Amino acid sequence: MSLFGAPRVRTRGIMALAVVATAAGATAPIMSAEIPPGERRSGYEFMSPETRAMQDDDSANPGTFWVLDGETLWSQKAGEANRACADCHGDARDSMKGVAARYPAFYAARSRPIDLEQRINICRTEKQKAPALAAESKELLALTAFVGRQSRGMPITISGDRLIEFLEAGRSLFHRRQGQLNLSCSQCHDDNWGKVLAGNTIPQAHPTGYPIYRLEWQGLGSLQRRLRNCMIGMRAEPYEFGAPEQVALELYLMWRARGLKMETPGVRP
Amino acid sequence: MTRALVNIPKQAKRGETIEIKTLLSHPMETGYRRDTMGRAVPRDIINRFVCTYNGVEVFRADLFPAIAANPFLTFYTVATESGELKLSWTGDDGETRTETATITVA
Repeated sequence: MSLFGAPRVRTRGIMALAVVATAAGATAPIMSAEIPPGERRSGYEFMSPETRAMQDDDSANPGTFWVLDGETLWSQKAGEANRACADCHGDARDSMKGVAARYPAFYAARSRPIDLEQRINICRTEKQKAPALAAESKELLALTAFVGRQSRGMPITISGDRLIEFLEAGRSLFHRRQGQLNLSCSQCHDDNWGKVLAGNTIPQAHPTGYPIYRLEWQGLGSLQRRLRNCMIGMRAEPYEFGAPEQVALELYLMWRARGLKMETPGVRP
Repeated sequence: MTRALVNIPKQAKRGETIEIKTLLSHPMETGYRRDTMGRAVPRDIINRFVCTYNGVEVFRADLFPAIAANPFLTFYTVATESGELKLSWTGDDGETRTETATITVA
């Protein structure tokens, strides 16, 4: 059994139906089941050969600009403490290897999980004594992309018993219908992936390449920006950047993508 | 900070067709957008790209507002002799950003 157990059935009504179905010998899932590990596919595999080539070649991947900017920021002293990231963490190629593949992670001082952007900002405010970087600012994206780049090719691994409660919160958000279109994330990304919606193939929503260079944005953006995009698409009110719901969703999505390889900085259409 | 990424083979055989890939970080602001206060954002695009090979122009492109941010241009030329490839991007502000790369032709 996996670390966090099988997906839970949401309501009593569906539970009752499931019992009836099982009794009748039916094996087909009643509600959206989690995608089995063997069928999990990164959004990369749904892209055109041209877009894949763009991601694979560092000199064609525009995300490289942010990675290079992040590398510069890594060794730049900041804040009242006049310290650079490199002063504590040394060479990011060693110290940050695999880190992004483990985030969001539990942060004991706040008794809840934090994502990579929040981790960077905690370092900035507490260690460097510098003002926090704004969500989606060029600097924060650059540092996140640079740290994320060090985990490229490594499998996503989310673990820790203290995360279970937040993971369940994320799971229930993922399955909750919302917005004027009354859709849940799961209806597209668990039940209908691989089909076409408005000319685009619906991916499985595995956050393997964040922050991504999205061609539609003509720029780099975080997973939270992408989640807000989806919520606006469902005509729901999006969560604020850094809201606990955002982090819970990020956590659930990363756990759901466990084992897939990191691609940061990814390119998506 | 403007950055340019250029991918040109360092070595080639004489007569070989080589691929040149260029990526420039640039907002390519169209001039048709307005900011949150309703003020027009002035146009700021790269309007010309030129590549010379030992002083001879081998590729030129005019760029227009419909071209996306961070323009990626890739093209081919024939490796004729060892020397220098010079790539230059000229913006609406009249400023030119230049990158050079050397190639050894055997």
